[in-house]
Amino acid sequence: MSEFFEIPIYQRALLATLIIGFVNGYTSAFVLLHRSPLKLTALSHSLLPGVAIAAWIFTLGVFSAFFGAVIAAIAIGILTVLLSRVTKISDDTVLAVLYTGAFAVGIMVLQKLGSNQDLENWLLGNILGLADLDLWMSFGVGLIAVTMLSLFRRSVVINLFDPEVAASLGIRTRLLDYASFAILILVLVTTLQAVGCILAIGMIVTPAAIVRPYVSTPEALFPLSGLVGASGSALGLFLSIQFGQPAGASIAATLAGLFILSVIVRVILPKRA
Amino acid sequence: MSHSHEHHQLDLSDVAFSYGPKLALSEVNFSIHCGQRLALLGPNGAGKSTLIRLLAGLLKNETGSINWRENPISKARREIAYLPQVDQHQRHFPLRVRDVVAMGRYPHLGHFRRFGKIDQEKTEEAIATMNLGEIAHRQIDQLSGGQQQRTYIARALAQEAHVLLLDEPFNGLDIESRCHLSDSLIDLTKSGHLIIASHHQLESVTEIFTHALVLDQKQVAFGPAAEVMVSDAVKTTLHSCHPHQHERVL
Repeated sequence: MSEFFEIPIYQRALLATLIIGFVNGYTSAFVLLHRSPLKLTALSHSLLPGVAIAAWIFTLGVFSAFFGAVIAAIAIGILTVLLSRVTKISDDTVLAVLYTGAFAVGIMVLQKLGSNQDLENWLLGNILGLADLDLWMSFGVGLIAVTMLSLFRRSVVINLFDPEVAASLGIRTRLLDYASFAILILVLVTTLQAVGCILAIGMIVTPAAIVRPYVSTPEALFPLSGLVGASGSALGLFLSIQFGQPAGASIAATLAGLFILSVIVRVILPKRA
Repeated sequence: MSHSHEHHQLDLSDVAFSYGPKLALSEVNFSIHCGQRLALLGPNGAGKSTLIRLLAGLLKNETGSINWRENPISKARREIAYLPQVDQHQRHFPLRVRDVVAMGRYPHLGHFRRFGKIDQEKTEEAIATMNLGEIAHRQIDQLSGGQQQRTYIARALAQEAHVLLLDEPFNGLDIESRCHLSDSLIDLTKSGHLIIASHHQLESVTEIFTHALVLDQKQVAFGPAAEVMVSDAVKTTLHSCHPHQHERVL
């Protein structure tokens, strides 16, 4: 394993995994308290057509991918609310229809663009192939996400616990909801490049689920989820190299395995009084 | 925690509110002050929750005025505490009783100010007043309905609120918890708070509350509880609509 650290491409991949793992882990605490993993699954699939169409119109670069993804996510979000209101069909149903449709369009556009490799990268990610700019982008977004969630944690937690009480205490709940939504999209987009839009869900949901059985306060849940996200993802990367498996899949599988382990240990361990 | 705020008065004048085209509440006019306990009575859909939400600042009245201490209530958020129905909160949320009580300090702290010594003291004082010391470390969703209700009242005390707005506080409580809650509300008004609570159980109104406001999408009656509960118009409103709602308690 020592040669692992000597190869620049692996060093870069490890750095990317630690950054993205920590940021996703930290954000996963919010996702767990918000109870929105299924909505997030829809959101991450919705990003794909944005990325694909941006690549079609412009050339594929980190900024075009980013803006394409953001526009797609906002468009799907607004369309869901509108169509659900007009049709009186529940927003979950409308969202499911729209995100699978959008995902399908994304696949077709990427197919039309040419190489299958591109398609595979966006679906499954390519953490070994991240450019300097991608890394800086992940770092910048991570810094913003973690800082915002830490600075506003008091308001965020009250709002998640009971939005009406939050509003009655003077918290601007709607602004907070929009800001949280923006942070989720930012984190998802940077994760997309590393592990793809499907496996990204594992990174932004699982770490907090691993930690939750052992913590009783949000103050502990956020940072511990970040640490578990970083270390669990790094372990996944090591295993992928060791066993010659795709990195994204190995990271998502490792995190899921750690979740099962966490539950088993919790059940076996005697409960504290 | 002792207040002397009897001159602190809440005045509602010609208050109305609609949800879209549907008029939910109109012609609400009354005044009440600290040290009193007001029951909001009326059938389902009468506007009790709407009125509580207007007072809590969650809705904005379309006409009329709501003044607290002669100023618009929107300027006094810190002094008004809203306690929604107990089962409305998220289940399995990792918060301890002490964390929930400490939320009451938010209006004093905002986003960034550090939770300091005075906030710690106010939180512990509220925990002690509501007799929550032994369960302060417990997770909020492991508590009984009565214990949760006490926790939310403690949050209002930590907030140093003068007015407590409670939405159906007696719902889902066993008889013992109802007695404790009713004692707590009486103690709170003795220490100078104003209590406003929506209430379904007619038999207990005069035992728990000093005043009653009867709503049926508009104000039907207001006054001292003992007088309101024997008036004919009130009997018609409260008993003809949903008699099955009103069970005997306490």
